Amino acid sequence: MFDFCIDPQNLDGFYWWSCYLTTGKHISFYTSFFVVFALLIVTVPLILLFGFLGAIARQSRIYPIRIFGITYTSVVRGVPDIIFFLFVPIALDQGIEYLRHKFKCSEWVEPIRQGNDFVVCQIAKMPMGSSDQWIHDTYGFFLAALAFSIVFGAFAANTINGAINAVPPAQIETGVAYGMTRKQIFIRIQLPQMWAYALPGLSNLWMILIKATPLLFLLGVQDIVYWARELGGTKTARFTYPHSDWRLGYFIVLLVFYLFLSWVSEIFFNKLTLKVSKGQATLNGTVGGTIDYISVSDDEVRNS
Amino acid sequence: MSCLQTLTDYGLRSIGQGVRGLPKSDITLCDQFVLIGSGMIWNVYFAIIALFFGFFAATAIAFAKNSPQAILRVPSSIFIFILRGSPLFIQFFIVYETFVLFPKIGIDLNLIFMEITVETRWLTRAWLGALIVLFLNTTAYSAQIFYGAIQSVPLGDIEAAQALGLTNKQINKRIIWPTMLRLAWASYTNEAIFLFHATALVFFSSFPAWQQKGDALYYASYFADKTFNPFVPYPIIAMYFIIFTIIIILIFNSINKKLNKHL
Amino acid sequence: MTLTKLITGAALIAAFASSAFADGHTIRMGTEGAYPPYNFVNDSGEVDGFEREVGDELCKRANLTCTWVVNDWDSIIPNLVSSNYDTIIAGMSITAERDEVIDFTAEYFPADPSTYVALSGASDDVTGGIVAAQTSTIQAAYVADSGATVVEFATPEETVAAVRNGEADAVLADAAYLSDIVKASNGELSVVGKPVAIGGGIGMGIRESDGDLKATMNTAIASMKADGSLAKLIAKWFDGRSVEY
Repeated sequence: MFDFCIDPQNLDGFYWWSCYLTTGKHISFYTSFFVVFALLIVTVPLILLFGFLGAIARQSRIYPIRIFGITYTSVVRGVPDIIFFLFVPIALDQGIEYLRHKFKCSEWVEPIRQGNDFVVCQIAKMPMGSSDQWIHDTYGFFLAALAFSIVFGAFAANTINGAINAVPPAQIETGVAYGMTRKQIFIRIQLPQMWAYALPGLSNLWMILIKATPLLFLLGVQDIVYWARELGGTKTARFTYPHSDWRLGYFIVLLVFYLFLSWVSEIFFNKLTLKVSKGQATLNGTVGGTIDYISVSDDEVRNS
Repeated sequence: MSCLQTLTDYGLRSIGQGVRGLPKSDITLCDQFVLIGSGMIWNVYFAIIALFFGFFAATAIAFAKNSPQAILRVPSSIFIFILRGSPLFIQFFIVYETFVLFPKIGIDLNLIFMEITVETRWLTRAWLGALIVLFLNTTAYSAQIFYGAIQSVPLGDIEAAQALGLTNKQINKRIIWPTMLRLAWASYTNEAIFLFHATALVFFSSFPAWQQKGDALYYASYFADKTFNPFVPYPIIAMYFIIFTIIIILIFNSINKKLNKHL
Repeated sequence: MTLTKLITGAALIAAFASSAFADGHTIRMGTEGAYPPYNFVNDSGEVDGFEREVGDELCKRANLTCTWVVNDWDSIIPNLVSSNYDTIIAGMSITAERDEVIDFTAEYFPADPSTYVALSGASDDVTGGIVAAQTSTIQAAYVADSGATVVEFATPEETVAAVRNGEADAVLADAAYLSDIVKASNGELSVVGKPVAIGGGIGMGIRESDGDLKATMNTAIASMKADGSLAKLIAKWFDGRSVEY
């Protein structure tokens, strides 16, 4: 990075550190923090989408769709995310390639499953074998994001479903009295009203999502945990910057990062919750004065 | 080998009973079901003990956070913030790395009635070390849930109690605590499920498995490694977790019914 | 690849003729990137080590374009069989168990004995005490069968750390991996007991359905053995170790 970094063996103190902390590997570590943000940005809309679809499926009058919605939300929530991540992304990957293979290589005669091997024709590979590594990385990242979205979408579906049911019946009855159809009531009354009820659950889900991101490395994405372990491990003289086991130091950096992220999120959601619940007939909305027994400080109110 | 034989050989393998060597070749479905099921003993052990002690600690910390006295409120708020604000995965790592730094000695505690030796070596073992992490973690999450519930106790209830001349202590015990439990129970059920699921992380992150005694995920990944096929052991362990999750929901729902009986 | 290159590589033409990769698609080399000196990620974030050099040379001789992929040890075989990369070149010993699922090329590194390492001054008895090993390695299975108490960790790094902090009496791993660590420990750690021979030589893992690639790689490995370039690389990365290739 810097000119004086050519011969790290003869450096010490400040110079050694400034070279050490700017190696290519460290730059990868720093960029991997953006991977966490990228994951959050990509998954949140997908989670909400899956959540909505799941909730709508659970509300559906068509029996198979309702059963599908119930199965999705309860099965996925019953399995620890870590176990889900250990086999679902590989299954997704193979499923996508299987479909592409059936579609693009219908003349292919050999079986796809050859013993233990899963082999599809070259043009069905996702991404193509000849693609650059960054395409493979990006594809792997999106598979991981999809896996996250499926898991957390089930939780979101449960929250949204609960929130739709929490809309006061009187409002729905009013809709009926106005002669609205079921669909109209759903779109015009239930959906806009449910946000206030869904927000505490969704904000809680966001906090859980943040804390699930260290599991990204299980999905083969080179995230902050991967690099922290890699950089912190003992480096023998074979490396340019030898050092002993520094993993604890690197993990404390991660700890601080996550605490910061949670802290910022809490502030944001507290503000949002107060805004949304203003005027609502819940305790958050009405408890203003306190009696001397309980100290209610508004900035600490949190619905979990 | 019949499946019954496998059951007697490996049914309690995760706690060191039965055949020592794990199956290495010709792994059957039965082997996988039995050993992964055996590993669930650990998951259930962690969940029950951590939830039991966590429940009481969480109640105390929730009331502390609600206290008007800063000396109670500030430390409990910081405790909750740190444990809830960081991933469990990283907590396991940091706590394990800290525990191994402790000198490996027995500390003699001279109590009035008896003398007990506390082995710090146990802290680096999953059965104690990981249990402490899970206990602290669930305490923090539950405390926040309980704290939120205390804040939502209808003021009218408390005012009515004060009007009846109940003391603060009586109000805590007879009004706030039961109401808090009722209000928090749905969220607390979720927390219990999350904690149970989190037990799968114990042997996967920092705590080592001794003598191949591990939890369900330890054996599932053992089989995934031996058979090179993730599509059998992981769905099996997923199935076990779903069954136990349903049991948790049933237990918590029946407690919920008791809590709401008078309503 | 160009036509001229194809013709000069006369020995390989037969292999190429029927090959699925004759269209010039890239061969993806899967490695762990955490096992120096076999393979590791160097300070600039690139895959480096003995296997990097061997792999690049093999690809050059076989006229293949190769790229490197880092994958966790745990899922390195499942990802090969589901075609996420085409070879495993990660210090993987050829064992009968693995051979049932994937194919191996000829070995490019001879069987390396495993050694026990403990804190300096420990007696040889420690090999029967508490021994650390990486989860799901041949060493972990060996210790479990030896009657010693096995403690399993997810990464090689943690197994050595366990000896340093007294959690385990000794660690059992490949001699080549441990010798670097012993050297760097300034006398804190040393080899104890007798080395044990577990596992065979190290070969490249290839899908069973990928016979053409295996044949090509075998040809290239044979040519590197014949002209002594493989022996030179082994000497370079493993403290001048001499092998009979």
